[in-house]
Amino acid sequence: MDVLPILIDWLPYLLSGIVSTLGLVLVALGLGVLLGLPMALGQVYGARPIRWVVGVYVWFFRGLPILVLLFLFWFGIFPAIGLGHLSAFVVGAVVLGLRGAAYQSQIFRGAIQSVGEGQMIAARSLGMSRLTAIRSVILPQAMRIALPGWSNEYPNILTDSAVCYAIGVVELLTITSRIVTQTHITIPIYLAAAGIFIVLNYGGLKLLHGLEKRIAIPGFGTGAM
Amino acid sequence: MDQAVFLFEILLPALMQGLVVTLQLIACSAPFGLAFGIAVAVGRQYGHPVISWLCKTFVFLIKGTPLLLLLFILYFGLPSIGITLTAFAASVLGFILCNSAYNAEYIRGALISIKDGQMVAARSLGMTRWQAIKSVILPQALRRAIPGLSNEFIYLIKYSSLAYMLTVIELAGAGKQVATKYFLYTESFAAVGVVYLVLVSITTVAVSILEKRVAVPGTVRATPSAQL
Repeated sequence: MDVLPILIDWLPYLLSGIVSTLGLVLVALGLGVLLGLPMALGQVYGARPIRWVVGVYVWFFRGLPILVLLFLFWFGIFPAIGLGHLSAFVVGAVVLGLRGAAYQSQIFRGAIQSVGEGQMIAARSLGMSRLTAIRSVILPQAMRIALPGWSNEYPNILTDSAVCYAIGVVELLTITSRIVTQTHITIPIYLAAAGIFIVLNYGGLKLLHGLEKRIAIPGFGTGAM
Repeated sequence: MDQAVFLFEILLPALMQGLVVTLQLIACSAPFGLAFGIAVAVGRQYGHPVISWLCKTFVFLIKGTPLLLLLFILYFGLPSIGITLTAFAASVLGFILCNSAYNAEYIRGALISIKDGQMVAARSLGMTRWQAIKSVILPQALRRAIPGLSNEFIYLIKYSSLAYMLTVIELAGAGKQVATKYFLYTESFAAVGVVYLVLVSITTVAVSILEKRVAVPGTVRATPSAQL
C-alpha cells in the first residue's frame, strides 16, 4: 500500500487541527495571565486570608493530573453548577487556563519578589500610592523578569492540550486518531502529527524568545533569573 | 444511596485497586527514567559528538511531542511494524522515555554547574575520564539535580494517569469507572484528586528529607529557584 498519497490527501484535515489546538493554548495562556497575575500580587501584597486562598488554589491545581481536572470539570463541576451546555472546547480551554494560572502565578510571584523591596519604599516616599507603585514601578520590571519563565509555560500548555482529546475536544490529537481509524495507517500519521506538534512547540518558543529581546530594556538584564 | 456507603464500600475500594496499578506504573518507570536520564545527560555532555547529537535529538523530540501522542504511537502504532505491547508495558515505556528526557535536562544543567577544574584535577590525579565522571562529577551533580528530579517525579505521578487512555485501569481510570456506573462524577473525581494530592504531598516531604540526608556538609545546596 502506498502511504504517501493517502497522507497527502488527509494532510489538510490534519492541519485543520492546528486551529483548535492553538485556540486552546491561546485561551489558556491568556486566562493564565488574567488570573495568575492578580493571584501573584495577592500572594505577595495581600492579607493573610488572600495568601492562604491563593496557596490552596495553587496546591490544588498543581497537584492534580490534567486528565483528572478535565474529567472533574467536564463531567462533574460544570454540569453541577448549571454550565453543562458548554462545549468541550470551552471546558478544555478553561481548565487548561485555570491550571495555567496556578503555575503562572508562581512565575509572576517569583519575578515580583525579585524586584528589590527598596523600590517599593522609594516609590512610596515619592508620594505614590501602593497601587501606583505596583503598577508603574514593580510590574514593568517584574513582567520582563517573568517572561523567560512564562515562555516555558507555552510548551507545557501545548503538550497538555492534547489531553483534551479525553473529553472529546476536536483538536490535533483527536483529528489524528480519526484519520488513523479511517485509513488504518498508524505510524506515518502519528509521526506527521508529532511533527506538527514539534513545529508548533519550538516555533512558538522562538517567537516568545524574540519578544523577550524586543521588550528588553538595555542594561536591565532579563536573563538574570 | 447513602453517601457513606458509596464512599467507603464502593468508591474507596475501587480507588485503592487503582492506586496499586498507579504505584506499579510509577515503580516500573521511575528507576529506568532516572538511569536513562543520567545516561542521556552524560552522553550529551561528555560523549562523542555523534552520541551527543543523538542524546540532544532524543530530548528535543520527546519534549516537543505530547506524551499522549507518544503513548498512542507505542500502543496503537507499533503493532503495525510487528511489535505488540500490552497497554501496561506501552504506558511504562512511554513514561520512561518522557521522564528520562526531562530528567536528562535537569542533570545536564547540574553537570554544567560543576566547575571544569574538577575534571582537570581528577584527570591529573590519574583518573580516567569515566572514573572522573563517575566518582567526582556525578555524585555532586546528582545532589544538585534533586529539586529538578523530584519535580519531574511529581510530574510522573500525575501523568501516569494518561495510562488510562490506553485502557490501563489505574487511579484515574478506577475513578472514571465508578463515576460512570453510579453517575456521581464530582464526588468520584474529587476523591481521585485527593488521592493524587496525598501522593504528591508525601513525595514533596520525602524529597526534602532525602535532600537533607544526602547533603554533603559544606557543599552548596541547589537554590530554590531551580525548582521552577
